[in-house]
Amino acid sequence: MKFIEAKDVNVYYGDNHVLHDINLSMKENTVTAFIGPSGCGKSTFLRTLNRMNDYIDTFRLTGKLEIDGKNIYGKKVKVEELRQEVGMVFQKPNPFPKTIFENVAYGLKIQGNKDKDFIEERVEKSLKQSALWGEVKDKLHNSALSLSGGQQQRLCIARTLAVKPTIILMDEPASALDPISTAKIEELISELKASYTIVIVTHNMQQAARISDRTAFFYLGNLIEYDKTTEIFTNPKNKQTENYITGRFG
Amino acid sequence: MKKPFERFIEGGLALSGVVTILTTLAIIWVLLSESWGFFREVSIVSFLTDTEWTPLFTNKHYGILPLLSGTVLTTLIALLTALPFGITISVYLSEYAPKKFRQSIKPALETLAAVPTVVYGFFALTVVTPFLQSFIPGLSTFNALSAGIVMGIMIIPLIASMSEDALRAVPKSLREASYGMGATRFQTAFKVVVPAASSGIIVSVILGISRAIGETMVVAIAAGQQPTLTLDPRDAVETITAYIVQVSLGDVQHGSIEYKTIFAAGISLFVFTFILNHISYRLKKKYQEQYE
Amino acid sequence: MSSLRINRIIDKGFQYVGIFATLFGLIMLAIFLFNILGDGLSRIDWDFLTNLPSRRASKAGILTAWVGTVWIMILTALIAIPLGVSAGIYLQEYGTKNKLATIIEVNISNLAGVPSIIYGLLGLEIFVRLMNMGSSLLAGACTLSLLILPVIIVATREAMKAVPNSLREASYGMGATKWQTTWYQILPAASGGIITGVILALSRAVGETAPLIVIGALAYVPFVPQTPLDEFTVLPMQIFNWVSRPQKDFLENGAAAIIVLLLITFCMNGIAIYFRNKWQKKINW
Repeated sequence: MKFIEAKDVNVYYGDNHVLHDINLSMKENTVTAFIGPSGCGKSTFLRTLNRMNDYIDTFRLTGKLEIDGKNIYGKKVKVEELRQEVGMVFQKPNPFPKTIFENVAYGLKIQGNKDKDFIEERVEKSLKQSALWGEVKDKLHNSALSLSGGQQQRLCIARTLAVKPTIILMDEPASALDPISTAKIEELISELKASYTIVIVTHNMQQAARISDRTAFFYLGNLIEYDKTTEIFTNPKNKQTENYITGRFG
Repeated sequence: MKKPFERFIEGGLALSGVVTILTTLAIIWVLLSESWGFFREVSIVSFLTDTEWTPLFTNKHYGILPLLSGTVLTTLIALLTALPFGITISVYLSEYAPKKFRQSIKPALETLAAVPTVVYGFFALTVVTPFLQSFIPGLSTFNALSAGIVMGIMIIPLIASMSEDALRAVPKSLREASYGMGATRFQTAFKVVVPAASSGIIVSVILGISRAIGETMVVAIAAGQQPTLTLDPRDAVETITAYIVQVSLGDVQHGSIEYKTIFAAGISLFVFTFILNHISYRLKKKYQEQYE
Repeated sequence: MSSLRINRIIDKGFQYVGIFATLFGLIMLAIFLFNILGDGLSRIDWDFLTNLPSRRASKAGILTAWVGTVWIMILTALIAIPLGVSAGIYLQEYGTKNKLATIIEVNISNLAGVPSIIYGLLGLEIFVRLMNMGSSLLAGACTLSLLILPVIIVATREAMKAVPNSLREASYGMGATKWQTTWYQILPAASGGIITGVILALSRAVGETAPLIVIGALAYVPFVPQTPLDEFTVLPMQIFNWVSRPQKDFLENGAAAIIVLLLITFCMNGIAIYFRNKWQKKINW
């Protein structure tokens, strides 16, 4: 039961106003896609959902961002706890320069987990969930950097799954991958939907159409339109949305 | 076809570069030829195993061990001082500190690195030693401890700034992956960033060691000039470098065995620092390739 | 206590440890400067700057020492700058990927780590004896030039590397030769960085003591050097000499001389940092 709700969210970098009055809610067990041209604020918004922007000195946010009715920018919120709940997969695969096993076990270890059997079990389960187990089960102690790009990205997904988040944020997770690896990731996303709330930023409109249930279109820091994916792609209500998805700009 | 003028210029520039090669060759030649004379009079076995170094006395012994122990002792103390501070500063500056703080503190650290070593020697002798004597009984006026600590303070900026460079070369995406899973900055720094930058940090430490081994004025002023085979930091010791200074200050005849001893001492020093520098150069090349 | 709470406390704790460690060096510097000023400031007056050395502490001055330092600085600059900048240009613009350049490069990084006192041994044999310069200003300057050469070469290279390639291409595109491009375009654009490196290198030369002791520079020189072939002393030598004496009066003299020496090195470093900041703003086209 995880739903996300943004109320009048504004984001500033110093004097730069990058997100204007964003209002939207995302339901559990759905895939929501954020689309829009580069620099439209979609990645910035995604990153506010697990407070990845916190370490930028000039970052400032007003309004409310709630997960299950709890403001995640509230004073008592521990950002580390939030991020265990809201996992993130990044644009480029970014495995640690450690072994495959150590990568997946990392999240558990930083939580102070020392139970070896438990960790091994969880690592195996996560790798199976991310459809990587078959390919790596015999070389768990090889360096993660020896994997191909697509495998690395699935490893990063396994690493995120291992800490049992309920929401997974994905920032263009397939943009650095070849078509076959992309297809595998997309397939994986559809499977994960059953148990997770997924928010994905993508540049690729076909991808948004294929995998998401709902789509939000961002432009120049504004949320222009947000609706069921089928509606957005077949019957956009806004002219700008239509221009963008038909490829007239972007 | 190149014009003759262009060729002339290129030749001139290349020649300037060749000066550095000649410098290295000259250093090796000078050290070898003079210490060759030394080793014809003193066997290399007694040089390496005799526990006394008394070339300036009537009863002459030529064992490098006391000078070596002095060098090792002061270097060790310097390292124990510089390492915790240097690494902590580098992690703090690269992972924690706000940009403004970092920008204003770096010139200050550079200033610390720019202070002439003779000044550090004065600091060790007139400030640190009396301070240490106030609570360490049996600390002599000249001692390895004070000289070592001050040498450590001296190489903090070197280790801090080189390690910081190595830490900052670690891609941001690795930090984000760690933060994204709920790690604190401390966990991210020491479980992800520091291991990823380890070869760069090791290079900075090796260069720090090499710098401490070759440092002269601090030990010449504050550690004393008595070659004693000891590892007690409260004692006065003499390092290889301090011995060279001691002989140079006196009136030593060119060609005499005393004169040759400083080259024998010099070649030992050169070999140590050369090995350390070469290891660090190799490591640096290796980790630069890693990120390219 | 949950492990997250412990981790958060460690995280916060390290932040304070980090600030403390960073300020530690500066606190040391402050304590030291305070001490030095307390010991030496009262000793500095016109007589101290213009008196010859003396066996009586209260009469001794640093005239020969600072004049020697100025001599050394100028001579070293005259020798090391042309050599170092030329070698830097060669490595960056000409010798890319040829064998000589590779050897020079490995060699420079090894030379940079050779202890300064070894340069003293080199200078003693080559300049003082073989070339018959004696323990003169010229021998000292030659020795220090070799010592700071790697620093200048590396700084020159880095500065030229920072010049964008578009500038080179623009110049070559108009038919300029390599040297014309280097001389008229790259060097002016890199000058700020080169000047910074050169000043830092010279400031290092001014503070060096050990190699000069080895080549036989004297601590007691009762006359002001007139030509590069005269014997000499410099400020660090004078400081070392006074510090090595047991009498408290000489320690005070040492502190006073240190104030003068630090003033010189800090000024040089300040100028270098100023040039660097100005240049870095300009180079970010």
